[in-house]
Amino acid sequence: MTDTGFRPLGRQGMAARAARDIPEGWYVNLGIGIPTLIADHIPPEREVVIHSENGVLGVGPAPETHKANPWLVNASTHRVSIRPGGSFVHHADSFAMVRGGHLDLCVLGGFQVAENGDLANWAHSATEAGRQIGGAMDLAVGARRVWVVMEHTTRDGQARILERCTYPLTAGHCVTRVYTSLAVLDVTPQGFVAIDMIPGLSFEALQAQSGARLHRA
Amino acid sequence: MIDKFVRSMAEAMNGIADGATVLIAGFGDVGSPNALLEGLIEQGATDLTLVVNSAGRVRKPGQPAQGAVARLIEMGRVRRVITSFVRANSVAGEWVKAGRMEAEVVPQGTLAERIRAAGAGIPAFFTPTGADTLVSEDKEVREYDGRRCILERALPGDVALIDAWMADRWGNLVFRDSGRNFNPIMAMAGRLTIVQTPHVCDLGQIEANGVVTPGIFVDRVLRVPVHEPALPE
Repeated sequence: MTDTGFRPLGRQGMAARAARDIPEGWYVNLGIGIPTLIADHIPPEREVVIHSENGVLGVGPAPETHKANPWLVNASTHRVSIRPGGSFVHHADSFAMVRGGHLDLCVLGGFQVAENGDLANWAHSATEAGRQIGGAMDLAVGARRVWVVMEHTTRDGQARILERCTYPLTAGHCVTRVYTSLAVLDVTPQGFVAIDMIPGLSFEALQAQSGARLHRA
Repeated sequence: MIDKFVRSMAEAMNGIADGATVLIAGFGDVGSPNALLEGLIEQGATDLTLVVNSAGRVRKPGQPAQGAVARLIEMGRVRRVITSFVRANSVAGEWVKAGRMEAEVVPQGTLAERIRAAGAGIPAFFTPTGADTLVSEDKEVREYDGRRCILERALPGDVALIDAWMADRWGNLVFRDSGRNFNPIMAMAGRLTIVQTPHVCDLGQIEANGVVTPGIFVDRVLRVPVHEPALPE
């Protein structure tokens, strides 16, 4: 690396960057992991309705411990609150909101994203003993927009931004934008377009850490 | 007079046969029919197929199995689980890996809709969820409106185990907060729907506008103590 004057975004930094782009009025599902952190970066006066697939619409911030309601959890089974105007639904209605195209946005974690919008985020191989699909496949096919938040590369430097995913797919052709520790990439018919990069990072350095061709905005 | 309340756990569990498919509601510990699951462990039915959102938590090294589903598995009484979530280091994950139990892992929304469909008399449906993934293996694929969709079958239960916050003697139910989750749809999809509740209401006390699951979907109700859902690990 020739670039030394940049600092990759951490988990909160990525969450804050994605939160900036969520406008008032959207119905949004935030996946497990970094996406869940996004809620804390949306100013309370900006009315964004958070959906949790276990049947909560209008999720509010985590309550203080002594005020926590054990019957009110999000999809990560963490205790949360519900905003005035919120509602509870059963699981089939919750996924009707998802699959029926009623969510403006879903933000998911990812292992790999391909330039055609394919997403892999639930397994590293077809044969591993654990199979943790959860709601990711429904969210990936159902939401009007699917954003992925993830580190730009794996811990050992392997590219996650790829021409084709090598891990089992969550869904094909679903991702519309990726927020990484280094950049914001739109997924377009031409492939990845870098619409934002962290300060001090050159386009060439970003390209070098990516496994698919990037285009300048 | 219709009275769906049963007086004992033995009465609640009566008739659950070996080989039964059991729908188990709940998301984590919230809305989980914990007391009825203890009753099922006691009752002894085996060769079961369990339909449950998550097949259980990670087992800590050297610790006994946590949770009724993991305990049923470890007793060798579960032939198959149908679930959206099998953790590698859970009892379920260990048993699947060892070839001692089958697991069908299903996207969560597909799981919910298969259960809903069973309760609504829809034998199968096409969904875009899972198309062109490992989930679509051996399934019929059709294209609708330019999207590839896969055929999914309804998922009825011989038995559904339900946790409600309040119930009356007709079996009308109300749930508490996110404890609703799989409960209403599993109540619809069970041939024998058994409910636990800590709060017994007089008829009419649950006002008609506020009934979430009408008693037509319910066969038996057992009063149990309030169970506060545990914190996640």
